[in-house]
Amino acid sequence: MQKKLQVEAIEQGSVIDHIPAHQGVKILKFFKFTQTNEKITIGLNLATKSGESKDLIKIENTFFNDKQANQLALFAPNATINQIKDFKVVNKFKVQLPSSFIDVLSCPNSNCISHNEPVQSRFYVKQKKTLKLKCHYCEKSFNRATFDELD
Amino acid sequence: MNNPLYQKNIISIADLSRSDLELILETAHSLKQNPQPTLLNNKVIASCFFEASTRTRLSFETAVQRLGGSVIGFDSGGNTSLAQKGETLADSVKVISSYADAFFMRHPQEGAARLASEFTSVPVINGGDGSNQHPTQTLLDLFTIYETQARLDNLNIAFVGDLKYGRTVHSLAQALSLFNCNFYFISPEALAMPDYIIEELTERDISFSLHTSIEEVVDELDVLYMTRVQKERFDETEYQHMKSAFLLNAGMLKNVKDNLKVLHPLPRIDEINQDVDNTPYAYYFQQAQNGVFARQALLALLLTNHFQAKP
Repeated sequence: MQKKLQVEAIEQGSVIDHIPAHQGVKILKFFKFTQTNEKITIGLNLATKSGESKDLIKIENTFFNDKQANQLALFAPNATINQIKDFKVVNKFKVQLPSSFIDVLSCPNSNCISHNEPVQSRFYVKQKKTLKLKCHYCEKSFNRATFDELD
Repeated sequence: MNNPLYQKNIISIADLSRSDLELILETAHSLKQNPQPTLLNNKVIASCFFEASTRTRLSFETAVQRLGGSVIGFDSGGNTSLAQKGETLADSVKVISSYADAFFMRHPQEGAARLASEFTSVPVINGGDGSNQHPTQTLLDLFTIYETQARLDNLNIAFVGDLKYGRTVHSLAQALSLFNCNFYFISPEALAMPDYIIEELTERDISFSLHTSIEEVVDELDVLYMTRVQKERFDETEYQHMKSAFLLNAGMLKNVKDNLKVLHPLPRIDEINQDVDNTPYAYYFQQAQNGVFARQALLALLLTNHFQAKP
């Protein structure tokens, strides 16, 4: 029964699997899925074979482009995205942390020039293991937890 | 031979390679020995100080004029339309740079020079952006070390004072890490070198050690780089108790190496006693003067493709 709930098929859309526990709701918020009318199934704190908990999101009629897949890595660096068409997985890929994030995050440094000027924010991945991002403009580095958007 | 810095921006010391730094220092040395009073004839340089900085502005404008160029600009952001009419920095620099051949700027916000460089077609030189970078200070420090030690490699260099908030020491340590120097960081615990610098040095396998007084290491040093411990960061009792460990006087220099030079970005308050001024080790006023040559070198390299430094 539990297994059936986790993998219940959707006709067309995306299944994001291997999301670390407690990140699922943040992902819904970040991608504004909380405002969509598409059918969403979300599983929180699901058991895995390794004993760790995970979250899972299934969303109908929605596909991730490359930019969104990269953004997903901010929350779930080991997630997989399954693209479903006619109830079948037509494509499955792992998200990958890109080398930079453009126009995704706002600089946590309130004195950074990027805030009130006609430019896109840009952050470079400085450290992958415990994610650290460096602002292109103010050159300061920030831990992932510093970004309000990711909460 | 084309020079690799022609028409480039100087925004952050981290953008410069070891060979770029060496080219700048050789050029500064050449210009100090062989002045070039007509090199920038007919060139107009914008000197834009969105935040006041008398010393940096005068040094830079002297450098322009010593090379025969002309300066336009302003010395405080409060008088600009940017401040009065709410114009974006991007718009301001687009307009100003259309008048000038290069653009030198200081701004109170971090990242301002990088942003400005994206909206201009002429070279931008960062004269300080908030608490971030001040690359021309680093270049004049490097030039002074190069001039006094005849090399930058394998030197014993101590940084003293406020190592936490002083962007000068951060940039200089980063630049010198390209030259395999040995660092001694001498500061109160509350003002220690920040973790990101320590991590960078560790990644590059640079040798460094932490100390709480100058006398622990002074006899081993080639360069003693002093900075001010700001009184306002401590309560009065704590400050009085702690500051003596970070003050330098002539008596502490009795057994130092002959080639030791004491540097300071200035202004000093009391961290270097005036009795040090008359020792052969004091070099901070020559260091300030070297700012003019370091800035001349940048202007020469950014604005003339075929300028050859004479050895």
